[in-house]
Amino acid sequence: MIQIEHLTKRFAGPSAPAVDDLTLAVGEREICVLIGPSGCGKTTTMRMINRMIEPDAGRIRIAGRDVTGIDPVTLRRSVGYVIQQVGLFPHMTIAENVATVPHLLGWDAARAARRVDELLARVDMDPARYRDRYPRELSGGQKQRVGVARALAADPPVMLMDEPFGALDPITRAALQDEFLRILNDLGKTIVFVTHDIDEALKMGSRIAILRAGRLVQYDRPEAILAHPADAFVESFVGSDRALKRLALMTAIDHATSTLIPPADAPRLDRGANLRDALSTLLQAGRDAAVIEQDGTSPRVITLATIREALADGARAETQLGP
Amino acid sequence: MMLVDAWHYLTAHPAQFGAALAVHVALSAAALVIATAIAIPAGIYAAHRSGVAFAAINAANIGRTLPSLAVLALVMPLLGTGFAPSLFALSLLALPPILLNTLAGMRSIDADIVDAARGMGMTPRGILRRIEWPLALPVIFAGLRTAAIQVISGAVLAAFIGGGGLGDFITAGIAMMAVPQLLVGAIPVTMLALGADYAFGALQRRVTPRGLG
Repeated sequence: MIQIEHLTKRFAGPSAPAVDDLTLAVGEREICVLIGPSGCGKTTTMRMINRMIEPDAGRIRIAGRDVTGIDPVTLRRSVGYVIQQVGLFPHMTIAENVATVPHLLGWDAARAARRVDELLARVDMDPARYRDRYPRELSGGQKQRVGVARALAADPPVMLMDEPFGALDPITRAALQDEFLRILNDLGKTIVFVTHDIDEALKMGSRIAILRAGRLVQYDRPEAILAHPADAFVESFVGSDRALKRLALMTAIDHATSTLIPPADAPRLDRGANLRDALSTLLQAGRDAAVIEQDGTSPRVITLATIREALADGARAETQLGP
Repeated sequence: MMLVDAWHYLTAHPAQFGAALAVHVALSAAALVIATAIAIPAGIYAAHRSGVAFAAINAANIGRTLPSLAVLALVMPLLGTGFAPSLFALSLLALPPILLNTLAGMRSIDADIVDAARGMGMTPRGILRRIEWPLALPVIFAGLRTAAIQVISGAVLAAFIGGGGLGDFITAGIAMMAVPQLLVGAIPVTMLALGADYAFGALQRRVTPRGLG
């Protein structure tokens, strides 16, 4: 869906390029997370996709079309854009904010109003209650819900999101991550998502691009990055608990066995638990085996040995799939 | 007693007073219109260019420190006396507050708001018209309010260079030690200034978008 080829951007001054010969492709309906330390070029890369910044060299294509061949204003109306501070227009109502791009595209009022209500409902904001309010009456989380609704208004196939949850408290952030992940996957959007938070990247990304000093260090699925960091930089960036992070990406039920008979007093796990939850439960209880709650079928059992095996299998699988 | 004498003087010279008042109002209003027509576009232009903005702020600040009488006195040797030189000088006086407030209003807008507008595909003109202008307008009106008061009180000094207006009564009153005549100039000027302050204050509240403040 998005092809970035040999992209380079150098800002004025003697410093090294902000983005240095970057090449990567984002498939349709994928969420590509750009991550790296400050100044690694992640935001600059994202902003070149809708020509908020013009590249010095290289090429970006969206659905096969070179973006430099498209008028920047037209291009931006067809690409969703969400930023950390949201940037809602304080003098316009929530409805007027959401209808920004439909208005620019010349939709008639009735169609725009229908779309506003539909989107507010989708981001879990009661349209009747919020439509005519002003941004200053909303909480930070609600503002970003409106920000995302506004970006979705004209149903763009591609969305750019620059640290959309960065200004929110941890509880709101986690809730919005889950919710938007679901919404964006339901809608089948192709997304370029910038963050500096590795946990957010692992959670949101179908692929993660790790950047350092404007260069792409590793580009792979979250499990693969955790199992096989490309170098010491990536290894330290993902953190020393990467085994635990990998376990968090694996669902316990997928790795449980039904051949073991668990002791009657074995600790219980939720059906949706991941292997990290399972390990934590086992360590906490001081036991070797836990049972996953399930009605009907025979009980499924997770043991310390199955967790260890899952990690080893995962690493082998990633090696075979790997780049 | 003094006020009664002033009233008598006024009723004895209705045509003279009416003409002076008309000149005063015309001079002030015209100066304000000219200054607005120059300072608002200049302020908008400068707001988007940091180098120009820096120069404009400094120039306006120098302009603001000049005493009104000095400006009028400087204009006289260049342009002579009468209505036009007075208008020129008063327009100059009204420029700095409008220019500074236009700049301040434009630059007080959160960069994220403009970034979001641009990122969604608004044209620079669209951003100016639909985002920057409505958000800067309350601050711009505060500048107009300051400028209006300055111009109305500054127009008194036009009498010194033959520009006419209510200042004629004041200067004549001072020269002849005739306090009633002086008050016939001073009281209406004060009322005009207070009226302008009130009117522009009301306008300022009126142009403040509902989502703000």
